[in-house]
Amino acid sequence: MNAITLAHVTKIYQRYSRRRQFATLKSALLSGSLIRDLRPDDTFAAVRDVSLTVPKGRTLGVIGRNGSGKSTLLKLVAGITKPSDGHLSVEGRISALIELGAGFHPEISGRENVFINGIMLGLTKKEIARRFDEIVEFAEMREFIDAPVKNYSSGMYMRLGFAVAIHVDPDVLLVDEVLAVGDEGFTHKCLDKFAEFKRRGKTILLVTHSLGLVERMCDQVLWLRHGRVAERGDPKRVVDSYLTHVAGGEEMLLSREHGVDHAGGTAPQPETIAAPPRGGYREGRWGSREIEISRVRLLDDRGRERHVYASGETLRIALDVRVSEPTIDFVFGVGVFSADGVSVYGTNTEIESYLPRAARGEGQVSLLLEDLRLVEGTYLLDVAAHKRDGTPYDYHRGLYSFRIKSRVKDVGVYRPLHRWSFEGGLELSLPETRGELDLHDEEEV
Amino acid sequence: MLHNLVRLVRYRGLIQSLVARELKARYRGSVLGFFWSFINPLLLLLVYSVVFKYFLKRAPDDLPPYEVFLFCGLLPWTWFSSSLLEASGSLISGGNLIKKVLFPAEVLPIVTVLANMVHFFLGLPILLLFILYNRMPLHFSELAWFPVVVLVQLVLTLGFALLLSALTVHFRDLRDILSNLVTFWFFATPIIYRYTDDLGLMQWLNLNPFTHIAITYQEILYFPGPVGHGFWLLVLGAIAIALFLFGYFVFDRLRDTFAEEV
Repeated sequence: MNAITLAHVTKIYQRYSRRRQFATLKSALLSGSLIRDLRPDDTFAAVRDVSLTVPKGRTLGVIGRNGSGKSTLLKLVAGITKPSDGHLSVEGRISALIELGAGFHPEISGRENVFINGIMLGLTKKEIARRFDEIVEFAEMREFIDAPVKNYSSGMYMRLGFAVAIHVDPDVLLVDEVLAVGDEGFTHKCLDKFAEFKRRGKTILLVTHSLGLVERMCDQVLWLRHGRVAERGDPKRVVDSYLTHVAGGEEMLLSREHGVDHAGGTAPQPETIAAPPRGGYREGRWGSREIEISRVRLLDDRGRERHVYASGETLRIALDVRVSEPTIDFVFGVGVFSADGVSVYGTNTEIESYLPRAARGEGQVSLLLEDLRLVEGTYLLDVAAHKRDGTPYDYHRGLYSFRIKSRVKDVGVYRPLHRWSFEGGLELSLPETRGELDLHDEEEV
Repeated sequence: MLHNLVRLVRYRGLIQSLVARELKARYRGSVLGFFWSFINPLLLLLVYSVVFKYFLKRAPDDLPPYEVFLFCGLLPWTWFSSSLLEASGSLISGGNLIKKVLFPAEVLPIVTVLANMVHFFLGLPILLLFILYNRMPLHFSELAWFPVVVLVQLVLTLGFALLLSALTVHFRDLRDILSNLVTFWFFATPIIYRYTDDLGLMQWLNLNPFTHIAITYQEILYFPGPVGHGFWLLVLGAIAIALFLFGYFVFDRLRDTFAEEV
């Protein structure tokens, strides 16, 4: 049996012109345009011709970039908005975790709000009274439940909202990116609750940007692009093609920042790059320019210029150098920083005992970083040419960036080669779809 | 539409608790708290009686005690006007619920009307004290009309509230127009003056639905003798039901646009 059925569902949002928005009732009545004015001048399809079925007891993940129609789809299923075209049916009681604590009134206590919120979500007073302790326990709000909601922190507010919504005991649970609630411990509890829902045969529709969660939780994944179904099916397959697609987009974005044209490959113009300053680590370029770094390229193992790499890939940093005053006092250095300015790795020719013999005319320096085993994130690059005493010739600080993508969301900066093993009475296993991920990602970016 | 109207009955628990919340929340944090429900109408009464008795010296001589006469019309008017003003903004201020929760939107204007009705009821004991203090007679046969007029007013107010709340979503100007209109409406209703032919405005006053409601309250509580306006009140009752259905119809038609417009 299908819990959720959508047949050719289209949702068209209406955009009204400026003229319409400032029309008054009087003018509308006088010109007799009241009904006409209530019609849109322009339309925008947020969801186009989406057909899907979710069998009872299954979990469907919905992924896609911002503005791809995910939330609209959820609102349609929740019944908050009506489809402009097509048919939609949902079997059983729905609870939508779209905005937590949407109905909370700030002036009254958490206790009273739990009751009213519960009634709004379709429970009776008795049902809420029976679940009240459980709700408060789940939200970890025992001490504050009688304080007015306006005094709650945003985390407390969300936790209580989540706790009420989850205790409605729906047949169909709609979740819109609400796991960013509270601390790690609470997130964990929420996930446990979802798992319990799954076990009890409830249907879940999960809209999220957390691809790891999608792969872990969902039986099927729907990827929405511009309101249409781009792909649907096995979580790993859909997430992979989504990642590939997104990486393509990011690649274009990062290379645009670098002033590198994909077709041409023009010289970078670091001075014109204005990235937001990050704490104590400020981007910039300085130095006397007797030795100038005229071009910096990030190349993959096939010599292609790229700015998005999978963890464990090979990255070559290639510098083109122009020397205006021949000298024997020079050092080349490279530093890698995390997005928040923490030094990940730094080295130079001096540290590694290279003796400078001659620098004249033009030349190339290249540093090959094999097996770049960093965790996911954006990294900034320093490249420099300076004297052995540190006086800079040409120092580029944080002007270049690259991104490491990984499906394993481990934390820190460095991912050592590692492998888990368990013995004795311990049994753990990876989901089959995950495959062998303990070494490094083999995903293609 | 009828289906939705029937569905409303299922939401009575929700309406009930939202009205209770509205009342609790209103005076939370103020020193006098719930007593404001009693103090507010008294202060309003004080303002009007001082202005008309001492500033304008126009308090009608044939209406002693003027305060009681004034109070009879002022109390139901406050219910009516506050309901309209609050209801017209109710969908916009409750936008969060309409947009994010599967929520029957008509509950919002209905709750504002009912919450103001409770304030009206809380004002009644004070009116009663005034009447008893002035040793004015109250007849049971007259008081029997009281629930009728309250019911007519309730249905009429609900009709206006539904209509205004739905239209205000699309025409925000309505809120500003309304606040001025309500002021005029107050003076166009025989609340501070007596409904007599002297004015020569009788037929205009008769067009104002609230005229009949105010007069009925005055006849029940203030004027001696039987209620002479009963027939008009029943006619108004029929009109109120029609208005309610029309208001609900418009509301129902515009319902699907709320989630996108508020």
